Amino acid sequence: MSAHVEVQQLQVVAETDTGGTITIVDDVSFAIDKGQVLALIGESGSGKTTIALSLMGYARGGCRLESGSIRIGATEVMDLSREQLGQLRGRRVSYVAQSAAASFNPSRTIMDQVTEVAAIHHLMPRQQAQKKAVELFRALALPEPDSIGSRYPHQVSGGQLQRLMAAMALISDPELVIFDEPTTALDVTTQIDVLRAFKKVVQERNITAVYVSHDLAVVAQMADQVVVLNKGAIREQGATAQVLDAPRDEYTRTLMAAARQPQRHGPELDSAVPPLLEVRNLLAGYGKIDRQGQPAVPILSDINVSLQRGATLGVIGESGSGKSTLARVIAGLLGPAAGQVLFDGEVLPPTLKGRSREQFRRIQIVFQNADTALNPAHTIARILGRPLTFYHGYRGAKKQQRIAELLELVQLPANLAGRPCSELSGGQKQRINLARALAAEPDLILCDEVTSALDTVVGAAILDLLTELRSKLNLSLVFISHDISTVRSMCDEILVLYSGQKVEYGRREHFVKPPFHPYTDLLIASVPELQQGWLERVAQRPALPEIGRSVKSLELCHFLERCPVRIDGRCNRLPPPRVQMQRGNEVLCHHGEQELRELEIPPLKCVAGGAG
Amino acid sequence: MNQLLLLLGKRIGAALLTLLLVSAVVFFISSLLPGDAAQAMLGQSATPEAVAALRSALGLDQPGHIRYVHWLGGLLTGDPGISLANDMPVAELVATRLPKSLVLAGITTLVAVPLALFLGIYAAMHSGSRTDRVLSTLTLCMVAVPEFLLATVAVLVFAVKLRWFSALSYAPPDASLGEFLSAYAMPVMTLCLVLVAQMARMTRAAVIDQLNQPYVEMAVLKGASLGRVVLRHALPNAIGPIANAVALGLSYLLGGVIIVEVIFNYPGVASLMVDAVTNRDMPLLQACAMIFCAAYLVLVLFADICAIVSNPKLRS
Amino acid sequence: MPFNLTRPPSATGLIGLALVLFWLFVALFGSLLAPHPVGEIVAYDVFEPTGGAYLLGTDYLGRDVLSRILHGARFTIGLALVAALLAGLTGTALGLFAAVSPRWLDETLSRFMDALISIPSKIFALVMIAAFDSSALLLLLIIGIAYTPGCYRIARSLAVNLNAMEFVLVARARGEGRLYLAWVEVLPNMIHPMLADFGLRFVYVVLLLSSLSFLGLGVQPPDADLGSLVRENISGLAEGAPAVLMPALAIATITIGVNLLIDSLRGKIRHAAGEV
Repeated sequence: MSAHVEVQQLQVVAETDTGGTITIVDDVSFAIDKGQVLALIGESGSGKTTIALSLMGYARGGCRLESGSIRIGATEVMDLSREQLGQLRGRRVSYVAQSAAASFNPSRTIMDQVTEVAAIHHLMPRQQAQKKAVELFRALALPEPDSIGSRYPHQVSGGQLQRLMAAMALISDPELVIFDEPTTALDVTTQIDVLRAFKKVVQERNITAVYVSHDLAVVAQMADQVVVLNKGAIREQGATAQVLDAPRDEYTRTLMAAARQPQRHGPELDSAVPPLLEVRNLLAGYGKIDRQGQPAVPILSDINVSLQRGATLGVIGESGSGKSTLARVIAGLLGPAAGQVLFDGEVLPPTLKGRSREQFRRIQIVFQNADTALNPAHTIARILGRPLTFYHGYRGAKKQQRIAELLELVQLPANLAGRPCSELSGGQKQRINLARALAAEPDLILCDEVTSALDTVVGAAILDLLTELRSKLNLSLVFISHDISTVRSMCDEILVLYSGQKVEYGRREHFVKPPFHPYTDLLIASVPELQQGWLERVAQRPALPEIGRSVKSLELCHFLERCPVRIDGRCNRLPPPRVQMQRGNEVLCHHGEQELRELEIPPLKCVAGGAG
Repeated sequence: MNQLLLLLGKRIGAALLTLLLVSAVVFFISSLLPGDAAQAMLGQSATPEAVAALRSALGLDQPGHIRYVHWLGGLLTGDPGISLANDMPVAELVATRLPKSLVLAGITTLVAVPLALFLGIYAAMHSGSRTDRVLSTLTLCMVAVPEFLLATVAVLVFAVKLRWFSALSYAPPDASLGEFLSAYAMPVMTLCLVLVAQMARMTRAAVIDQLNQPYVEMAVLKGASLGRVVLRHALPNAIGPIANAVALGLSYLLGGVIIVEVIFNYPGVASLMVDAVTNRDMPLLQACAMIFCAAYLVLVLFADICAIVSNPKLRS
Repeated sequence: MPFNLTRPPSATGLIGLALVLFWLFVALFGSLLAPHPVGEIVAYDVFEPTGGAYLLGTDYLGRDVLSRILHGARFTIGLALVAALLAGLTGTALGLFAAVSPRWLDETLSRFMDALISIPSKIFALVMIAAFDSSALLLLLIIGIAYTPGCYRIARSLAVNLNAMEFVLVARARGEGRLYLAWVEVLPNMIHPMLADFGLRFVYVVLLLSSLSFLGLGVQPPDADLGSLVRENISGLAEGAPAVLMPALAIATITIGVNLLIDSLRGKIRHAAGEV
């Protein structure tokens, strides 16, 4: 029997402004057997989403399915009329989008939208559709499956919305389901639950699926077959095990190398010298500060941290953990409600107002999104020239020469200087962003998610550059990230934040084996490994222990709501103590060292000595 | 629910506060005039004593803020003073004229709003098509045309050349339906052209904005027809912006009605206001100005309330 | 992807550009080209039709309509341009100022602007004219005040958004002063949208000025702008005199031209911005 889905020599073109066309997907062919999951992997611009959408006979604005064949069962999608496409979409082929938050209609209830497919295609009566939806909610491990449908999209979390969208896609029992980067926007600890739920329904219902992703490790868990794409063309395809274990193509090998974080060691540190940066008892947030000294929206509380000259401090946490706020407080962009920041032994004025130009110069900040961090109205020379003039008084030829040196330092050609930054690629912009910080000749650079917006390969190059610069210029870094493997690869010390609390703090080596804080444990255990079968091997988390009502007014552990080892009567009654482990890391937990050591931890692959 | 009421209460409170500020601006500008009302009423030949006597009779010798409070009190109790031009209570003058303006505005609204919504939504559904491009260019031109050009052309074509309607528009209270329609045809047509163009453009933009959202792509990928996508998905989210478009369009009507009433000699409150300007009849002018400003604020408030009520994030 | 600003302009955009250039030329040199002095009575026949000895006919006194329009256009365009510029510059400056100011100052200014914007521009103009008697200077002032709040709102919201951008945060963390932030980092990114806004506002200003003159409350005799020309010749309407229609058409072509031009430019700006 021939394959269930077959794509042959697909070509997709985009219309340009000048009326011409450019090919964005070229000569792509693959086939999927019934019940199989095929992954399309590639970086941005690889055409993976375009190909996935073409399976529904759909091309986004400005694009056109030019030629080739797309066969699903006995249907040739390219030959379908508009009405026939309408009958195909949603019923025979369905779609799970990357951002569930944006893909749900904000003004209609979830149930209304999940069952809409049934109404559009007259599949079943409303009551029956609702019953089926509830079954799917249950199968996807959603909380309160009977009532969650009556809520509006903004009333449920991102991870739940993503699963609700899967329910929406499955309600018509489609022949093919397209998952388009369905977990990319989620925190890693949420991602694992969503992946698990997806995997379960895919297996139970023997679903044929296309899984689009940039993340090899995720693909390794989900797919039977892999198609590696680059710039709209196929580089390699084959069974998942073959592609992961013995990639034939050079590009695939590059992707794999970037996904495995190598150790990026800095210089040896002399711990005898006083620290360069010290944060003491920091309390920070937004809004008015009340009489107890608490801001209206508290973000960070009781943060103590210090950083040696030449060292790198990793700050890790999920969205909302307060990691960016910490950088802003250090930079002076946000005044703390209480506590101090000491730099080189001196107390820094809390806000920008009191700081001297020299203090400004010595601390520089680099933001995540190079697109918004560079002024689109300025040329590169102007962007780099300003700190040179501002801090060092460079002008004329001296300034030009220094700009050229800076460009060389970040490995960019000197002739870029006259260009506006809008002409650069994402990676180049991030290098300029870095060069601007270096222009100040700072002692400390605050790096706020500097690689999160970049493709893995480009991001890895930026990390290598940072490591090189760090040794060359004896820089100290505060490296903020949501990705623990990057942090472990880059940093000497690691600070784990959860919802504004410093839950763990210690040297990098301590983040390989327990004892950990339960949140650190969850974080480390949730990072997918580049290995098939990992998802099955990770211990299914037990149900959370029952606890009574929490006392208000005290600073309880913020992880309480999600903690698998919480203790009724202790965690919900008393603020957690800060425990010093034998090997030196600090943990904010009611559990002692011995208890934490015995936490269920899956075998961890050591990050050190990965592929180089 | 309480939160919603609180939000609505806040909006209404803010509107009232703005209206108060507006009344102060209107009053103080119109009271700053170099020659004052007493002089204007008695003419240049009046003796200084007579002027002074009239001034104190009118309360003009009191300081500005006291006069403002008096005036505001009068306005709130339905007594905005005596017209200087014809010695009649302003309230009476306005009472005879206001209903006529409301009829004109009402008919125009009834014609223009459905037409504009239809055109705007239709153009958005077929954006990029030939019809859309033609509509776009037409409405773009129409919003830039002065009302008096439309009015004069209408008079020239329908009253002078075709002799369908009379150039003067006013239907007596006992007019038949035919008379009524023919009296209102030209002013309503003139007002509608610009109004429809403006509202249709904004409606189109609001709907297209929603059609570009990812949830609309999702609906398309569920197999929903274009009609379903627009009616069930895009429109519920475009209610706020569309209400805003309608409110802004109707507030334009407040300005347009001034020209139209003058051209067609229509005895409404706008032509009353123009007369007040020519006669420098300040009490009348102030009252008319406040009517227009209040109408504007009510429209904007209405749009805000629509936006709040249609948004489930604010509703819950 | 290789998109750029040099995509061919649309046909309507070209028409708009031609109209705008034509009227700019008329505003600058029109009075030199006028065949007759503006106030001279050249014919015994009033309301002559087009095409005779006088290209656009004669008006209610027997003056040359073409010459009157060439002069009137200068008034209309010149006054509107200066007034729109006044409102645009004031609004932009205040909006930018509010965005980088302390919160209380921003709030106070914004509240005040909200109140001003709640007075429809025509109503505001009528109140002002009743109080002070119409003059060119007063009209300038009226428009400056009436259109500043709208411009302020747009400028402020642009500036507030830009001010929260990371490149401004970087500059602040570098220790730059408010003036530098506003002038070098924020303002250059506001210019394109503010220019588009200026164009649209100019159209509204032309329409308001003409309306006021049409009501006899705008530019006062012996000066005459295009709106006044329509008013003074309104008695010729019954015979369809070009003296009524031509000035009105002149206004419409100015405003339509600007609208078409801005619309096609705005598409491009949006396009360019979308690619960043």
